[in-house]
Amino acid sequence: MSGWFVVLVALHALVIFAGFFAPYDPTEQDRRRPYLPPMRLHFLDNRGHFHARPFAYALKLGEGSFDQYEEDIGRALPLKFMVRGANYRLLGLLPSRLHLFGAEEERIYLLGSDAYGRDQLSRFLYGGRVSLFAGLLGAGVTVLLGLCVGAAAGYYGGWRDDLLMRLAELFLALPWLYLLFALRAFLPLAVSPLEAFFLIIAVLGAVGWARPARLVRGVVLSAKERDFVHAARGFGATDGYLLRRHILPATSTVLLTQAAILVPQFILAEMTLSFLGLGVPEPVPSWGNLLSSLQQYSVLVSYWWMYLPALIMLPFFLGYLGLGSELQERTGPCKIEGRLGGLE
Amino acid sequence: MRYLLRRSAHAAFLLLGVSLLAFAFTVLVPGSYFDEMRLNPQIAPETIVALRSRYELDRPLPVRYVHWVIWLAHGDMGFSFAYNTPVAPLLLVRARNTLLLTVTAMLLAWGIALPLGIWSADHLGGLPDRLLSWGTAALLLIPDLALALGLLVIAVKTRRLPTGGMVSPNFENLSFFGKASDLLLHMTLPVAALVLSVLPLLVRHVRAAVGEVLVAPFLLAAEGHGIPRRTLLYRYALAAAANPLIALFGFSLGTLLSGSLLIEVVMSWPGLGSFLLEAILARDIYVVIGGVLLSTLFLVGGNFLADLLLYWADPRIRTERSA
Repeated sequence: MSGWFVVLVALHALVIFAGFFAPYDPTEQDRRRPYLPPMRLHFLDNRGHFHARPFAYALKLGEGSFDQYEEDIGRALPLKFMVRGANYRLLGLLPSRLHLFGAEEERIYLLGSDAYGRDQLSRFLYGGRVSLFAGLLGAGVTVLLGLCVGAAAGYYGGWRDDLLMRLAELFLALPWLYLLFALRAFLPLAVSPLEAFFLIIAVLGAVGWARPARLVRGVVLSAKERDFVHAARGFGATDGYLLRRHILPATSTVLLTQAAILVPQFILAEMTLSFLGLGVPEPVPSWGNLLSSLQQYSVLVSYWWMYLPALIMLPFFLGYLGLGSELQERTGPCKIEGRLGGLE
Repeated sequence: MRYLLRRSAHAAFLLLGVSLLAFAFTVLVPGSYFDEMRLNPQIAPETIVALRSRYELDRPLPVRYVHWVIWLAHGDMGFSFAYNTPVAPLLLVRARNTLLLTVTAMLLAWGIALPLGIWSADHLGGLPDRLLSWGTAALLLIPDLALALGLLVIAVKTRRLPTGGMVSPNFENLSFFGKASDLLLHMTLPVAALVLSVLPLLVRHVRAAVGEVLVAPFLLAAEGHGIPRRTLLYRYALAAAANPLIALFGFSLGTLLSGSLLIEVVMSWPGLGSFLLEAILARDIYVVIGGVLLSTLFLVGGNFLADLLLYWADPRIRTERSA
């Protein structure tokens, strides 16, 4: 088991159990606290006394200001662990109220709050569900599509091969973000969050299938000429049996590697779409629309912490990049793919 | 010659295919630009029907496609509903801005990547080389979106660089040099974002390609002949490593085009990307088709350029006889 894989599983667990790790409901608003800066956790109070339990100070508006907050030394908010709070369903099934941490008197915002006073940390964790799973499922669909097309082209050959591979070349020729846009342009704009989610996955699959298809075709071409495949055919094995038992298993490493490369790209693609307002709509958080408030100049100037989610998502990309290059090294000498480049 | 003919036929095939594909997708469009109009009680239904038939939205797709190709042959890319003018002039201005951005970024990125990669390959395994590898890996990690936004945040905090648009409001009143410097200042941020987004990929490939060649016996012989290191690296090693790098050249153009789409929107650069986004939201289909086709044209053109370069650089391709 590779280290990167373990890291990724841990990171995904954070997101899958977002209900537990996030202190609040991602859509719960607090209109009195828009654009609250991140609260700092302290161990030492203002008199220099040490506290084993970390605490944050409540924030109050500065003198004569409407958006500059300062720490209210008088009101400490000790961090409590395993607290009861907002309702959620663990894995979408088990109703629960247990949260990893929280504070009693007031809401605490470790990553600050957005324009509606929603907790950015909770939004980041819940948003990761949308973005990561759009990436994972999108990569799954892509790889599956590539497998079908590549296997058909490689196994049957002839005009089918020509047709499918010309089509693949077409898809590879377009700058992929333009292709993504064009596809999205021709689909309905105003959709519910769930529809948007599946729409994005479908679009991602439609954009990315060409490259895995070409790779699978190559593997199938060599695998179907192996001696044991010829032998099996001589014994009267059907096409379906040959594909299932002897040929497609040979493509598994290629597919796995492709998937590891595609997932982060597709997460980025989802982020881009949502950032531009073509993806998952508010109030459902996704990593893309979490950042989209930065399109406003005033937010960019005044509320720097709205940029923090972009930094916190880097470990996720690091994990996938590490896993991808490790898988590539294992499957043979192959160049490191670019983020946008890998789709070519 | 046959090689070049084959490559141009390939490019033409791609353009044809993309235009067909783009048109085929328009069938899937639920609704059109005129649907919004239908909600407006001030516009008579007959007007909308008339408009639809004028722009041939009521005709079958093959007919529309053939007509569109005929228009295109006359330099007409269709009609923008939202702007109420022909698409071509609108699109060309935007395309020029996008090209300005991507070509500058391209030249700059290669201008930095080549010496850096070669230097790194020459000092393979040393501390600076390892630091560079870490640096490029870190850059590779940061999403374009985060990179662009981060640059914007920094620019806003330091207040040194303009953070949006292409020119200042008083652009028209500036002298020639004033105009040039104003434009350059506005270009700095988007170009920086683009360069940083492709640079790690390029540096890594240059390093790998040159590093592979550097251990070749002919270079050892050249070194034995006392050829200066610089000549050795740039004339002999680079020429031998050029083949994969030229292929990467065409490919990096596609990456840059995709990257500029996003960065233009983030940095409000009036290019093809932001225009396309607007058109998508307005369902302005001829603009979308034109934009997608134009970007494909750039990419195909870039790849063709790479093919030409390859033809010039690699004698094996020049003397190739088989088709």
